[in-house]
Amino acid sequence: MHTQTKAMLEQCPVPLDLRRAVAPNETLLACPAADIARAAAYFVSRGAELATMVGLDLEPLGGGLAIEAAFSLPAFDEFIRVQADLEGGASYPALTPAIPAAQWYEREAKDLLGIDPVGHPDPRRLVLHESYPHGYHPLRKHVDGVAQAPIDARRFDHFEVHGEGVYELPVGPIHAGVIEPGHFRFSNIGDLVLFLDARLFYTHRGVEKIVEGMAPGRALFTVERTCAACTVSHGVAFASAVERAAQVEIPSRARWLRTLLLELERLYNHVGDIGNICAGTGLHAGTARGAILKERLQRLNEALTGHRFLMGVVDIGGLRTDLDARALNEQGRALASIHADFSMYADGIFGVDSFVHRLKGPGRLDAALVTALGGTGVAARASGVATDYRTQHPHAAYATVQPRPVVETGGDVFARTMVRVREAEESFRLVRAILDGLPGGAARTEAGRLPPRAAALGYAESPRGANVHWVMFDDGGRIYRLRIRSAAYANWPLVARAVPGNMVPDFPLINKSFELCYACCDR
Amino acid sequence: MDGKGPGAELAAAIRRRWRRSLHIRHLDSGSCNGCDWELAALLNPYYDIQRLGLDFVASPRHADLLLVTGVMTRNLVDAALRTYEAMPEPRLVVAVGACAVGGGVFAQTYAAHGAAAPTLPVDVHIPGCPPRPEAIIQGLLLAVGRA
Repeated sequence: MHTQTKAMLEQCPVPLDLRRAVAPNETLLACPAADIARAAAYFVSRGAELATMVGLDLEPLGGGLAIEAAFSLPAFDEFIRVQADLEGGASYPALTPAIPAAQWYEREAKDLLGIDPVGHPDPRRLVLHESYPHGYHPLRKHVDGVAQAPIDARRFDHFEVHGEGVYELPVGPIHAGVIEPGHFRFSNIGDLVLFLDARLFYTHRGVEKIVEGMAPGRALFTVERTCAACTVSHGVAFASAVERAAQVEIPSRARWLRTLLLELERLYNHVGDIGNICAGTGLHAGTARGAILKERLQRLNEALTGHRFLMGVVDIGGLRTDLDARALNEQGRALASIHADFSMYADGIFGVDSFVHRLKGPGRLDAALVTALGGTGVAARASGVATDYRTQHPHAAYATVQPRPVVETGGDVFARTMVRVREAEESFRLVRAILDGLPGGAARTEAGRLPPRAAALGYAESPRGANVHWVMFDDGGRIYRLRIRSAAYANWPLVARAVPGNMVPDFPLINKSFELCYACCDR
Repeated sequence: MDGKGPGAELAAAIRRRWRRSLHIRHLDSGSCNGCDWELAALLNPYYDIQRLGLDFVASPRHADLLLVTGVMTRNLVDAALRTYEAMPEPRLVVAVGACAVGGGVFAQTYAAHGAAAPTLPVDVHIPGCPPRPEAIIQGLLLAVGRA
């Protein structure tokens, strides 16, 4: 533990009980339920950032309900986790009034576990829509994970804006294009959006409950399908949580190859997203050329791994199978050609004045709001917030293969597009460096035995920001509880704040500039 | 796919039966986004299904065929049924991907009802996780042949 972290914990106004060092950079603490909000506010005032929150039902292990908040200390590459036993109760003082970034985590724990954050400013449903009955909390251990609760027919409890000339525009959940489902309730005056209320979690599948009781290797298959577009970053985050809990070091070749996969995932996503921004502005040549580049990158993924989305490659302990040296060599050359075409493409679209003009201004977010709401990834870096788990919490081989930070300050659609362009350039460079420096040896090691009831964090910087997985095991090394915090989950509240003050027709463009997955968020 | 192969057969069937245009409505009923991205890929210049007379339309009212992706989630079952009911008859339903075909890794949970059938009357199943774009074109050809 860094001396400044130690000092911070010693000066904490709340009594903290040091439980254990889970990993060299991860410490578990306990505090009384009544004090957790105060402790959390103190950590944040000292530079900590909320990484995830987890509600827990420990009843089968002889406990009760518990709540945990995990914080990232980006300056020292450390994580501190504070757990509070609710002592037979089901409530605690909400963190949200002091830490707005906690808003969704607390609403989710209320829906799924019936843990009440007292004093939370928004008591509405989040993950479970109003069709789920009152008092039904599927992540409680005694609740059957397969049985369907009866349908309760209440309507969406959305915020209403009243005033002369104000009208509501409901959009979705089924959208006009090939897009994932979500419902947006705009309150407008004329063309101007006054307020946006988003109802998500339509694709909530119950991923976290499904994997309970599974061996980690089997659960990985489901976890990878949290979201196809972020499958590598979810796979790596989950696998590394398991490895950290088992205190296993994976071989350096595996770390490098995971880095390669993470960067290939970032590349096809960023390049595809830039093409879609062109679609949002009617720059058809840019849309078509972007789609061609994305297809070439996905074909490269398939040539290397057998899967266009890179599924099924990551495993607990490393990679399921080593990548073929000849294929790596060939695809390295193919990538150089895609890189050259991408650079020319990016120069081309940014040479179109009407395109650039269209991107500047809409969907502006300032750094203070991004920080307060816990924004991550491209969305944060485009607003001048230099957060990136690759440099702050180097995972895989990022301690050696270091990305140069990309930060823009405009906070608008243009800035988010520019961050993607510059990061794609950087990813091409990183992939080249990985292929040139790839160490030999094994690509996998045995996962080892999991200590009973061990719990650990795993994380990876996805194309959209940090994916943070919190995993706890039972006495037999099976999953007791998994909490998947995706980058999209952290960033969706930003979208709702970026839209008011803009024109209704700018919403699709603003939404595309965040390019958040619904599947990642909804699970 | 020019001149022969599944693409050309599909184009010929569409010319014959739907007077050159088969309109598709996509319905994500709880997908992980993989199948959805492969549907989007069908519009890229490599596959370019518009040249075959196929297109994705913005409203189920304009659609001849419903392409369903993902496990049927509880939060979406109502919207899925309403989308289907909004389509004019005759209408086709194609389930795309392991989840819509058989429930996939999610299947039955407190939050999901498994495959697209029996909630929707599925005519053709296209397996895969996700199916490659060529497989989706092949599946559409099957669907058109059954109409």
